[in-house]
Amino acid sequence: MQRTLFEKIWDAHVVAHESGAPALLYVDLHLIHEVTSPQAFTSLRERGLKVRRPNRTMATMDHSIPTIDRTLPIVDEMAAKQIRYLEDNCREFGIPLHGMRSPHRGIVHVIGPELGLTQPGMTIVCGDSHTSTHGALGALAFGIGTSEVEHVLASQCLLQYKARTCEVRVEGRLGRGVSSKDIILALIAQIGIGGGTGHVFEYTGPAIRALTIEERMTICNMSIEGGARAGMVAPDDATIDYVAGREFAPQGAAWDEAVRRWRQLPTDEGATYDKSITLNATDLEPMITYGTNPGMGMPITSRIPDPAGIADTNQRAALEKALKYMALQPGQPLLGQRVNVVFIGSCTNSRISDLRLAAGLLEGRRVAQGVRMLVVPGSQDVKNQAEAEGLDDIFKRAGAEWREAGCSMCIAMNGDQLEPGEYAVSTSNRNFEGRQGKGGRTFLVSPLTAAATAIAGKITDVRTLL
Amino acid sequence: MTAHFTPVKSHAVAIPSNDIDTDQIVPARYLKMTDKAGLGAALFADWRYNPDGSPKPEFVLNAPNARGAQILLVGDNFGCGSSREHAPWALTGYGFRAVVSTSFADIFRNNALKNGLLPIVVDGDVHGELMSLVARTPQAELTIDLERQTLTLPTGRTVSFPIDPFSKTCLLEGTDELGYLLSFEREIAAFEDGESSRSGT
Repeated sequence: MQRTLFEKIWDAHVVAHESGAPALLYVDLHLIHEVTSPQAFTSLRERGLKVRRPNRTMATMDHSIPTIDRTLPIVDEMAAKQIRYLEDNCREFGIPLHGMRSPHRGIVHVIGPELGLTQPGMTIVCGDSHTSTHGALGALAFGIGTSEVEHVLASQCLLQYKARTCEVRVEGRLGRGVSSKDIILALIAQIGIGGGTGHVFEYTGPAIRALTIEERMTICNMSIEGGARAGMVAPDDATIDYVAGREFAPQGAAWDEAVRRWRQLPTDEGATYDKSITLNATDLEPMITYGTNPGMGMPITSRIPDPAGIADTNQRAALEKALKYMALQPGQPLLGQRVNVVFIGSCTNSRISDLRLAAGLLEGRRVAQGVRMLVVPGSQDVKNQAEAEGLDDIFKRAGAEWREAGCSMCIAMNGDQLEPGEYAVSTSNRNFEGRQGKGGRTFLVSPLTAAATAIAGKITDVRTLL
Repeated sequence: MTAHFTPVKSHAVAIPSNDIDTDQIVPARYLKMTDKAGLGAALFADWRYNPDGSPKPEFVLNAPNARGAQILLVGDNFGCGSSREHAPWALTGYGFRAVVSTSFADIFRNNALKNGLLPIVVDGDVHGELMSLVARTPQAELTIDLERQTLTLPTGRTVSFPIDPFSKTCLLEGTDELGYLLSFEREIAAFEDGESSRSGT
């Protein structure tokens, strides 16, 4: 019987399945961080349980850590306590930790693939909804809650019902100045933020095949913003090239054997999905959000929709509420809209290729007066690579802040945040009310659009600068 | 989670918005704690409090008749966004035992069920009737019987709601899901043995 990529990975990981109950799904890799794990460890300790497979677990700290000079003490007492707690827990339970002084520390969804921990065919979970990122390498990866973090720590398994499948086929090819971020923003604008609920997305088609692994990560990362449980791309030569030689990649004969298995993962010819959606990359413009969820997005040259034109009362009310929060008018274009802050970072767009794109545009140009621009690399390794290429100098010369790796202003837990009423263009993934700081207003965009906007000080179509 | 889920008899509080994300349910700045206690006070913090910490009188949870409500009635796709289990911790910390909507985001739904918080899905018609009922009569009492999977309105109208049998049993009997998982020790070990022989490690 023909199976999809998702079904193959699912079938290979079912440990047991009693009728009337969810299946026990084996977890190959469990990533943990300081924010969603403390209560799981406390409960584990109370029950006198051990971590079943510390070597299938990897910890880092990314959410609440400062992105300023690492040698300074952490002034936020609660953040400092959370970080200490993770260090203590990892020590006690024998879990490898990329802590504050690790050369590989970084955003959990950046370092997993970077270290070669993320591999095709794996099941990967983390107490973080953007775990879907890892699906870019052909893994089944999804976010879980803290109770489930405890379940996985103790049993290396999760209780799961099988998700439905949805093929997201992207035809055509991207035009100049349009990137993978624009594909995913366009998809979510089309299906809405609940459009993928109950489903795992598999991205297929020529436009997806043409993307690098890092670009695929951006798309899979935001699958959750479309409500999907996970997003995946079948492994191909690009995937195998990406994994090859990384620290935790299999070596020698084990590598050959792994590649042989990975080659069998792609969806079989004739396998069917529960649902399918098609997009054409050729038609896409750079995208931007105008509202307070990632589904409220539009091509950058469009005008903000008018709530009066929406028949559904709930949707009309939602748009009215969003525009009030954003202090924007129906029918208004966003091109030319002034912004206060430009944020390049987050597990969506903080990898070396993202920084190269932004730096390429900023080279020989300056961030507009009155605009604060933060560039926050996704990991120490990304930071080192960027510095080796001189990207940090380009950013600094342009007037941007070059910071240490972390989640930073994507979630605004660490002091990197907007002031009430400020507008930001951000390469992150969520424009929810207050997400980047209480009262802050977010426009989600690609790194190219962010850099173009930084230069002009107002929302700009990057294609005019290329 | 060990408490048994007993029938709920309570008035409801309604927040009609669709797509209420977990950043609204508990803003991220409250996630720096290392325990679960006290999050009830952070529930809907940015909608509920002024910058000086005083309650916003117009927000529904600050209305006098919100007090004691165990049922939250919300718009479609409740709990979207972040996987933070702090969301159900905050909801139960406040005193809610059930959330009624037309749909829930997947991770929130999972997290709620693991914390004795019952996510109830009703169709648009029932949802509309509940919304107007709560708007008209804020003290109107609803009854939720998980055993029978029913929600009963004061008019006597009773609607049934879906729940998977496993979650239902866990809630009703206070079954510990981790205990269930660990009862498969033999199967897990056998799987791991097979795995290492397959991958040659």
